[in-house]
Formats: sequence, C-alpha cells, structure tokens
Amino acid sequence: MATLNKMEKKKVLLMGKSGSGKSSMRNIIFSNYRAKDVRRLGATIDVEHSNIKFLGNLTLNLWDCGGQDAFTGTYLTTQKSHVFSNVGVLIYVFDVESRSFDRDLATYTSITNALAEFSPSADVFALVHKIDLVNPEFRVKVVANREAAIQEASGPFAKSLKVFGTSIWDQSLYKAWGSIVNSLIPNLDVMERYLWGLMGETKAEEITLFEKATFLAVMKVTSEIGKKNPYPDRDEKMSNIIKTFKASLAKFTGDTAGPDFCEKFCISAPKFALIIEELTKNTYVMVVLPPGEAEANCARLNIGIARKRFASMDVLSGQEHDEGQDEGSGGN
Amino acid sequence: MSRGEDGEQADDGPQDPDSKKLAPIERKPRLLLMGLKRYAKITGVRYLVEANEDKCRSGKSSISNVVFRKMPPQDTLFLPTTTAILKESMHTFMDFQVWDLPGQIDYLDPNFDPDSIFGGVGAMVWVLDAVDNYMEPIGRLTETILHLQDSYPFIKFTVFIHKIDSIADDSREDVIRDIMQRITDDLYDAGLENPPINYYGTSIYDHSIFEGFSRVMQGLVPQLPIFENLLNTIKDRCHFEKLYLYDVYSKVYIASDTTPIAGSAYELGSDFIDLIVDLSEVHGWHRGNTQDSKMKAQQIYIEECGFEADFTQPVDPEVQLAESQVINFKGHHLYLREINV
Repeated sequence: MATLNKMEKKKVLLMGKSGSGKSSMRNIIFSNYRAKDVRRLGATIDVEHSNIKFLGNLTLNLWDCGGQDAFTGTYLTTQKSHVFSNVGVLIYVFDVESRSFDRDLATYTSITNALAEFSPSADVFALVHKIDLVNPEFRVKVVANREAAIQEASGPFAKSLKVFGTSIWDQSLYKAWGSIVNSLIPNLDVMERYLWGLMGETKAEEITLFEKATFLAVMKVTSEIGKKNPYPDRDEKMSNIIKTFKASLAKFTGDTAGPDFCEKFCISAPKFALIIEELTKNTYVMVVLPPGEAEANCARLNIGIARKRFASMDVLSGQEHDEGQDEGSGGN
Repeated sequence: MSRGEDGEQADDGPQDPDSKKLAPIERKPRLLLMGLKRYAKITGVRYLVEANEDKCRSGKSSISNVVFRKMPPQDTLFLPTTTAILKESMHTFMDFQVWDLPGQIDYLDPNFDPDSIFGGVGAMVWVLDAVDNYMEPIGRLTETILHLQDSYPFIKFTVFIHKIDSIADDSREDVIRDIMQRITDDLYDAGLENPPINYYGTSIYDHSIFEGFSRVMQGLVPQLPIFENLLNTIKDRCHFEKLYLYDVYSKVYIASDTTPIAGSAYELGSDFIDLIVDLSEVHGWHRGNTQDSKMKAQQIYIEECGFEADFTQPVDPEVQLAESQVINFKGHHLYLREINV
C-alpha cells in the first residue's frame, strides 16, 4: 500500500538564504500573486506553515523557513528533529546574485546533512533563483556552474538532486515546481490511463491535466503528431500564460484572484484548436486538436463524459482500479 | 537606399532589416519619440560616449521595443543606448513610421536640417522621466514645441510622463499635474495659449504605455469616426458591452465603440490577445498537412458581452480566421475574432 502512504500529508521544506525569494515564489505558485505583486512581501520570520490542498487528496504541508542566519541556526540545533523529520521534499533556493556563494553552500551542506539524518528518503531540489538578473546569453552557463558546485555540496543527495534555474518573471519557475509537484503525486499511472482513453475518443494531439489553483501540469499524454511540437517546455509555458491571464481576468472583475479560471476557454486558429475546460473540482484539462469545428465539438462532448470518471478519482483513490478499463467508452 | 533627406545621423545607426524597404514610404505619417540626454549641454560629447549607459535613459528605446517589438519589459535593461535615429516602420492596417531620436542630438542647432526630421511628422511623443529631475527636460520640451509651432503647426504633441510605476500610487496624480502645470505655464509665458498637448502617465511594466500609444495613433487615423460608427452599430445590434478594434501586432487599439464603461476593458482585451498570441506560438507549429497560413499583423474584433450569445455562424473554411472565447468568468464572457490577415 505504498500509494496510501503517499496520500498522507507531504512535508515540503522551503529553505535558502534570507531574501533569496522563497516566499515570493510560494505566493506566486500557490496564492496567485503576480510577479510584480511580491514587492510588498516582507521577510519571513521563523517558519510559516501552510497547508495546500493539491488535487484534492494530496495535502502539501509547506514549511516556508525564514532564511536569516539566526533562524537557520535554530533549525540545525534545537529544532533539528522537529524540522527535518518526515520530510517529503526539500527545496533549497540559491540567490544567483549572492555575493557569498561559498557560505550559502556551507549552510546548504549542513542542512542536507541534517536531512540525511532524519529523512534519508526525501527528494532534494535546488533552485538557482533570480536568473533573470543574468544576461540571457550567460544563463545556461551560470546555472551549469552552480549546479556542479551544488551537486558537490549535496552529500548523500548528490545523485537524486535536481537543479533548476528559475525566475519569477518567466515560465522557468513553473518548470521547477511542476517537477517538484510531480514527485509528490500518487497514482499517476491510473490518471495516465484515463487520459489515453480520452485521447482515443478524440483526435487530440495532446491532452494535459492541470491542477486548478496552481495551474501546474500534473499529467500529459501526447500523440505521435503532438510529439513533433517544437517546444519541449510547453507545459510550463502554458502554466505561465494561463496564470497571467487569470490574474488579468481577476483584475477586471475586481475580485481577488481565486482558484477559478473560467468555465470554458477555446480557440480555433488556422493551425490548431485548443480547449481548456474544468474537468474535476481540482483540475482543468487542456486538449490540443487539429483545426476544425467537428473535432473540437466532439472533444468537448467527450470531456463531458470523461468528467464523471475523473471525479471519482479525485475523492477516493482506492477504487479506480476496477473502473479504469472502460473509460471513454461512451464517447460518440 | 535613397535616404538623402535623412541627414547623416541615420546612416551609421543600427538598422533593422526592414529599413531597406523604407524609401517608398518615407512620406508616410511619422511618429517621433523624443526625450532628453540629461547632461548633454553641460559635459559635451565625450561625456556622452563614456557615460551614456546610465545618464541617457529616459526610456524611449525601451518603449519602442516593448510596444513595437514585443520585447518583455524586464529585458530592456540590457538594451544599448540609442546613438542614431532608429526607424521602425509599421505595416498594419495603416503604414507609418516610428522614429526613435537619440537623446543627445541638439535639434535646435542651426546647422541641423529640421525638415529632414520634422517634415511629415504627424505626432510627436516626448518622453519625460517622472523620477528624474524634470526641470531641464521641460525647458527643452517647451523650447522644442515653440520652435516647431511656427514651422510645423500640424504636429500633435503628446507627453509621456514615463516610469510612473516607480512613483507611489498616491502621488502619481500630483506629479502629472505638476508637470502639466509647468509646461502650460512656460508656454503661456512664451505667448502660446492652449497648446495642443496631451499628457499620459506611462510605464512599460503595465498597459499604460499601450494605452498612451493607442491614443497617439488614433490621432493619426483619418478614418477614426467611421470606425467608431461601425463599432457602435455592431455593439448595438449584438448587445455587447464594449467593443474594441485592435492591432494584434502592437496591441494598440485603433478604435473602440464610444460607450464609456467602468474599469479597463482595454487592458483585459490586450491581455486576451497576448494569451492568444502566446498560445499560437506554443501550439501553432507547422503540422505539414494543414495549409500554411501565416499568423502576422492582423486586426481583430474583441468583444465583451454580459450574456451568452450564439456564435455558431459558419466560417468559410478557405479564410480560416482565428476566433476564441472565454466563457463565464464571474458572469462575463469574452469573444475575439480575427477580421483580416
């Protein structure tokens, strides 16, 4: 019952030096802040806990740990077992502009050591943040340099470590968080089977499932034609694009940005058609189709039929094994 | 390249590839972007060359790059300083040119041929840095306006009070009012009453710069009243709340219906266009089997309506114009339709 264990609360530690941008990215990903809104955030004192419901049955227990040296000291001494036990994921944020990268690395090493002691099975992600401040030509090089140094300092996590260059001003942030969140989601295989079922009923090139509040890509299936898409980073591009637009809609209606995007969104362009629809309480589905009205309408109907199937998975994740076989069979 | 009339400044400047085709449309309506090199008079040319990185920048080049080239605002930090007249020509439904004048040219120098620059100019946009000391630029601006009023009375002046985002919300109005007052007073003292100047507070980080440009451009569109009438008719027939005619490439709106509404639907509309353009970039790759119709500068109707409407009108498959809708966000609907490519 490995899946059941995974459904428990997942503790996610967000750490890094003070001012490196931890709270900013947390608010952008989970609280629908726009990038320019984060200016108003102050320094985080001690640890800010937040429980984030993700896909209904998965709760992320996010610990945003204030990064001032005094706090980091207590995490590593008096609160050591409290902070580092039962950790699912550690996200460590490096400021790319930091003047004392060696010192950051030293702190990082002591934190990974503490983590290895209490939660040896945790995943570690290192984000080289504020990459937008580096001239675009040098970004790849800078990240690669930092990655090598961070890897060396990671101790027992060096192998599983993933490093991303991120910026709150573009989609790189969504790429990193999409990958983080994917490491936490249970029964991805079942969801994938459902999506393939839906794919079979429509002529879709690609079907992607997004989490509602964060609009992070959870799952994706791609047809042979869809694989030819020249943008491998399209998921995080979509997250970024849609979240930006969601903020515009919220600004227009005058509400604070809630989790809702809209009931339905569609484009029919000369080269493609695209539908984004609410699928379940916690997800949106995006279907990319070849151009043409018939295909688009057919896809819409099938999404409606598939909705029920997916809804059952949202609430209970134990039952879907019996039902998984006949999904999508009602199409057309 | 027959560009004799431009003067020597134009010849060694960085040119975009399009500019080779410029010659036939030299006489097209021209939009001048002007601003000031802050210390030009005091320190002379040498200083200009060395210190141009920080001192020169009221933000003109950033503006034209954001508006006319879709550059993300944060990337403008890396733009070099303008050293020669930059000319952008726009081929949307109306051909016109945007000239970005370097801050350090002394336009009032008697040796300078004013006709090469100001002849044929339809609108001039003066970019004032709101956070900098604006006394000297205002002096130069009024000087320029007075100078040009005699020879070129048809130029429409617009002042962009730029980088307004760096000023706290509360004091923005005050800064704008202060600048307006000073310019009006200076011109009044020089004997010019009711000068033809519009003022907009702008920033490249939000929509104000596009809205400002929209107004400037609308001043250059001779058919504006006809467009407005047409849009009014459509709006009434279809019960839309508000209707805009956008230029997709620059997100400038060419016209809108004349109903005043609360809130900024323009902003939402241009975000909507951004969304469509971004999505088309990600998903509109060449499939090989479908016909290759290029997504280029095009005009789109964007409408916003307060109720569910039937948009199932058959589309001619040969034409293949893009359309898109956002259904039901808090009771609003958004519909966008490409009307020509």
